[in-house]
Parts: sequence; structure tokens; C-alpha cells
Amino acid sequence: MDTQSTYNYKVVRQFSIMTVVWGIVGMLVGVIIAAQLVWPELNFGPWFHYGRLRPLHTNAVIFAFGGSALFATSYYVVQRTCHVRLLSDKLAAFTFWGWQLVIVLAAVTLPLGLTTGKEYAELEWPIDILITVVWVAYAIVFFGTLAIRKVKHIYVANWFYGAFILAVALLHIVNSLEVPVTMWKSYSVYAGAVDAMVQWWYGHNAVGFFLTAAFLGMMYYFVPKQAGRPVYSYRLSVVHFWALIFTYMWAGPHHLHYTALPDWTQSLGMAFSLVLLAPSWGGMINGIMTLSGAWHKLRTDPVLKFLVVSLSFYGMSTFEGPMMSIKTVNALSHYTDWTIGHVHSGALGWVAFISIGSMYYLIPRLFGRDAMHSVKLIETHFWLATVGVVLYIASLWIAGVMEGLMWRALNPDGTLTYSFAEAVKATYPYLFVRFLGGVLFLTGMLLMAYNTYRTVVAGRAVDAKIPAVAVHAH
Amino acid sequence: MSDFVSNFWGVYIAVVVIVGFVGLAYLLFSQSKTTVKKGEQVEITGHVWDDDLAEYNNPLPRWWMLMFYITLVFGAVYLTLYPGLGTWKGLRGWTSVGQYKEEKAQAEAKYQPLYDKFLKQDVKAVAADPEAQAMGKRLFQTYCVQCHGSDARGAKGFPNLTDNDWLYGGTPEIIKTTISGGRQGQMPAFGAAFGEEKVKDAANYVMSLSGKKHDADRAARGKETFAAICSACHGADGKGNQAVGAPNLTDNVWLYGGTEKTIIETITNGRNNQMPAWKDFLGDGKVHLLTSYVYGLSHNGTAQ
Repeated sequence: MDTQSTYNYKVVRQFSIMTVVWGIVGMLVGVIIAAQLVWPELNFGPWFHYGRLRPLHTNAVIFAFGGSALFATSYYVVQRTCHVRLLSDKLAAFTFWGWQLVIVLAAVTLPLGLTTGKEYAELEWPIDILITVVWVAYAIVFFGTLAIRKVKHIYVANWFYGAFILAVALLHIVNSLEVPVTMWKSYSVYAGAVDAMVQWWYGHNAVGFFLTAAFLGMMYYFVPKQAGRPVYSYRLSVVHFWALIFTYMWAGPHHLHYTALPDWTQSLGMAFSLVLLAPSWGGMINGIMTLSGAWHKLRTDPVLKFLVVSLSFYGMSTFEGPMMSIKTVNALSHYTDWTIGHVHSGALGWVAFISIGSMYYLIPRLFGRDAMHSVKLIETHFWLATVGVVLYIASLWIAGVMEGLMWRALNPDGTLTYSFAEAVKATYPYLFVRFLGGVLFLTGMLLMAYNTYRTVVAGRAVDAKIPAVAVHAH
Repeated sequence: MSDFVSNFWGVYIAVVVIVGFVGLAYLLFSQSKTTVKKGEQVEITGHVWDDDLAEYNNPLPRWWMLMFYITLVFGAVYLTLYPGLGTWKGLRGWTSVGQYKEEKAQAEAKYQPLYDKFLKQDVKAVAADPEAQAMGKRLFQTYCVQCHGSDARGAKGFPNLTDNDWLYGGTPEIIKTTISGGRQGQMPAFGAAFGEEKVKDAANYVMSLSGKKHDADRAARGKETFAAICSACHGADGKGNQAVGAPNLTDNVWLYGGTEKTIIETITNGRNNQMPAWKDFLGDGKVHLLTSYVYGLSHNGTAQ
């Protein structure tokens, strides 16, 4: 096959299939640890203890599932909107195998208890170096492809993917600076409050650039494509893009309200977190308004349903986030299950929904089919996932607010009304409902795996031809 | 104390934040002038990607712009009133430490009299007062349960407070001393001095003191070691010495465990244990009430 006249779909196919696989693995571990919270006797030995499986869950869903979805879609989108094949097939293949190796190493080292102890950056220094190498290769492939594009203007989705790749490189390197002492043990170069601040500068921007900006890139391609409508406003995309990537960088300190972090840092974190509301909503408005004139398609198209509902959850969690960053609200919500509910309204409702919708768009096209094997199964998946998320976040809202109120409740003599264990006990029914929500969401993913399998075996791998550049696309 | 190593950084922070706010407002303002008249068609920008990807150039929604401006104004006002712009302390002069001290002073003014009124009564009288016991229990559930457990029965390394077996003594005065000043329970390590065999012998003798199953030959040999070394703290009869917090070894009550393995571990490595001092943190009134509650746990017959 003449590779220069076709797009490189091979790496997109590989990452797409692994998106489904890692989605199931990551969410299965999530369901297991949710069950461990309800039935603590499910903690078996040190390797399958909650404390070790929890980072495995977060790494698997964020970096394995989310990461694979981003690699797949960014490679697909950058080629198709630049009208050119990826800069280097070999380097692209390296990013695929390298990233899978990172994930496998994570799945081995985390249950063994090898961890830096930094949330969402638990992997030890040899893996950190591997991540850096893979990421540099990713940047070369992505920006290199942009550089050799055949159309003059860079499509908005690529701005977001590009910002994500640059920011994650910066975040990963700065936060992972550590001094190795043995092969699998290192110490952070930062100490005390500085360490905490660097960690949450990283942590919140992992949310901002990995889980938000990058998936907005995905949104900017797959929503207009699936809706068959132009993007609502170019102007809005410019304003909210620059405002978003500037403002996110400041929001980290809201994770450290009422701690040893200096007062001025906490105030800045809160003020910028509130400013972040409008730039975040810019993306939601642009996505949802793109559907004007195509609302009727929602009735029959479950793929579009995934995409539009993801935007609704995105809008909801980016409203909830700034509210929770207000210090007086945070005094109630911090350290409660409300935070976990908030994270999952973003992670399941936004990130997983937009990824699932995009995969349902992508997979048939990668395997020479018009649509997935079964549209009905997509519809079923959609409802299972929606009910699952709603159960999940509603139960944790209740549990979280209840915990916050119980922890601060005082008797007339100034003592605490409830001991800590009483608040733990009170969350039991809500943790069970959360577990059920997770089971529903995972069941939907299993349907997706079956649907994907049937689509793939009945199709054949195709690499689309690169069209001649149209006159108006100069 | 300044949060900054030099004046430069305070100014740097303030400048970057102000430039950031002004920049965001300018970005918004610069793109806010275009409007579309009613009935007018919004144009496509003219760029097309991948067959059919195009963009309208709708103006920014007004409500969205307004929301953006409001958050910027709120942020600017907030950073004027509160610390944030480097070394700027904020017009309100607020600090988190100041707020903590203020709230603590308020709480003390409000609650301290409730506790102090019991100071006039002696511990035994307070222990017999159901209202005071209920208050004591609530204090215990807040400050003591982390180590001694919500049932006060302790755990490995944390004494059971309900069994009337005392390391330092169970009189009201001594309980109060323990809570006020804390305790440092220390037993030296004898592993190196004794050697493995002698440690095992001594452990078997200790087990025999509590009537546990043991190796009689080892116990006989261990008795000599005990008399020569251990009796200095634990007494010739093994009944301990509350003056130095040396536990009674004859009552089959174990702080760390009474198996041969654990006793060998204790003798070999010694033990080092600490209970924090509560006097400065809680104040006399609460310490008095907690003393009577702890006293009551093993004297009221209603230990719970």
C-alpha cells in the first residue's frame, strides 16, 4: 500500500482497541475498591488491599483508558484536519508500545507497593523517565504532523490537543523531579508545603489539561462531525481557549485550603478557580450550540447522546468545581465523599462519555464499516452509563454533605456530636449505591467491548485515502 | 513572618496576578464588540477541514460575557480585601491563624465555664454525677478514642481503661497527672545483653507468673535472670512498680500481648511508648472532667 497517500489508521486502531480494554480494566478495579469500602473483608493480603488498588484504579482510568483515547483521537484528528499522514509511523508505533509498557509497569509496581506517594503521579522514577521519553516522541509526532499540514489554518481541536501535550510534559517533569535511592525508591526534591503545592499544581492541571483541555479537543472534532453542523463560534473558541489554559495553571491551591499553605496562595487559588467558570463553560456552550439545527438527531442517534450528555456533565462539574473552591464551601466539602462524587461527575460523566461517543464514531470508520455492529446496544450502553453516573454522584453528594455536617456538629458543651466512626457508619448505604452505580457503568463498558468485537471481526482494517486539498481549504 | 525569601517575589506575584486579570478582561473586551442584528445570517469563517468541518463566527453570548466579567470583578475585590497579591495583607487584615485564634477564644469563653464549674467538686463526686459523666464521655469520644478506642478498652500498646488495672496508678490524683502531663513508658532492650536463650528463659518465667502454659526448665533458669535484672523495675514478686510505670506481670493483663513470641520481642527490643500531655491543649476544666470519667470507667460499675 502506498503509505503516503493514506492516513496512518493503524496506530489509531491500536489505541482505540486498548481504550476499550483499559476502560474495562480500570473501571473493574474501581468497582472492586468501591466494594471494598462497603465490605472491608474483601481486602486480601497486601497486594489487593484498597490502599494499593486505589492508585491502580486512578492510573488505569486516567492514563490507560483516557490516555489511549487521547492518543487515538489526537492522531486521527490531527491527520484528518491537516490532510496529511502522521510525521513518522515508526515514532507513532513507539508511542503506542511505550505507553502500553508504562501501563503494564504501573499495573505491576502499584500492587507491589512501589509508589512515590504523590497522587496521580505514583509511578516510580524509572517509569517516570519512560513516560517522559514516550511523551517527547508523542510531541514530535503531533507537532511534526501539524508542521507539515496541507491546510493553512490549524483546526481548533488541535490547539487543545497541542496545549495538552505541552502542559502535561511540563507538569510531569516538574512534579516528578526526584532523587533515586534504589531501583524502585526515590525521594521528591521538594519538601513540606512546597512539595504539597507542586503536587497540587500538578494534580489540578492534570485535571485541567489531561482531563479537560485534551477532551475538549476531542469534543471539537467529534461533536460537529457527528452532528453534521459547523462549530457554533470560532470567536468563542479563541477566547475560551486562551482564558482556560492561562487560568487553570493558578487553581491548584484550592486543594490545600486550610492547610500550612500560606494564606496568599490559598486566596489566589480560590480567586482564579472562580474565574475559571466562564472559560470552562465556553467549551460547553460551543459544543451544545453546535447542535442547534440538529436537535432532532438526538432522538435517534445514541452516539450523539453520549457526546451531548458528556457536555452537560462537563458544564455541571465545571460549575461545581469553582463552587467547591470557595473556602467556606470547601470547609464543608473537603475530605468528604463529595469530592469523590465531583471527580466522577467529571471523570465518568464528561471524560468517559465523550471518549465512548468518540470511539463509537471512530471504530467503524477504522474497520471499513458504516456504523457499529449494533446501534441498539449503543443505546442500551448509553442508558446503563447514564443511570450509573447519576446513582454514583447523587449518592456521594448525600454522603459527602452528611459527613461534612456530622464532622462539624457540636454538642451544647462544645464537644463533637459524632465520633469519626459514626460518620463512617452513616455513609454505608450511600457507598453501596455508589458501588451499584459503578457496576452499571462497567456493565455498559462490557456491552461496548462486545459491540466492538462484532464490529471488528465483521470488518477489515482500512486506511482512508488522503483527499486532494480542496480549493477553499487553502 | 514573611512567606517570601526576598521582596522581589512578593512584587513578582502581585504583578503577574494583576497582569493576568487585566489580560483576561482585555481578551474578553477585545472580542465582545461584534454583534449580529436580528434576522441577519451568521457567516461561516470560510475555513473547511476534513470535508465538512466548518465554523460559524457567532458573537460571544452576552450572559456568558457578563458571568466572566462578574468573576473577574469578584476576584479583584477579593484580592483587595484578603491576602493574595504577594505581601499585600488585604484591607480586612485577615489571616487564617487570626481566625483560628479568634474562634478558639470565642469557644473557650462560651464553653470553658461549663467545664470549670466541676473544678470545685472532687473527682469522685464528679464521677458520680450523670451529667458530668455524659460530658466526660463526649470529651473522651473526641480526644481519647483514637488510641484507647471508643469502648475505652484500648488496643495493642494502648492500655485498657476499664479493667481497674493501672500502669501508673488509678487514684484520681494519678489519673489527672497522667492526662495532664502525659507519660513516657520505656523498657530497655535486653536482647544484646541476654542473648537469645536467656531471653527465652526469662519470657517463660514471665509467663509462669501469670499462670500461663510455659516450659518449666526454662522458667526455672529465667527466674534467676528475673531476680538479677528485671526485678529492679518489675519487683521481686513481679507485681510491678507504679511509680515508674512498670507493669504488673502476674495478672495476665498484657499491654503488648502475652504470647511467648511477643514477650520475647518485648524483652529483646524493649518498648517505647508515649501518651501526649493534654493540660495545655484542653485546660484544667476538661482534664478534670476526663479524669473523673476515666476514674468512673472502672469504679462506677457501668464501664462501657
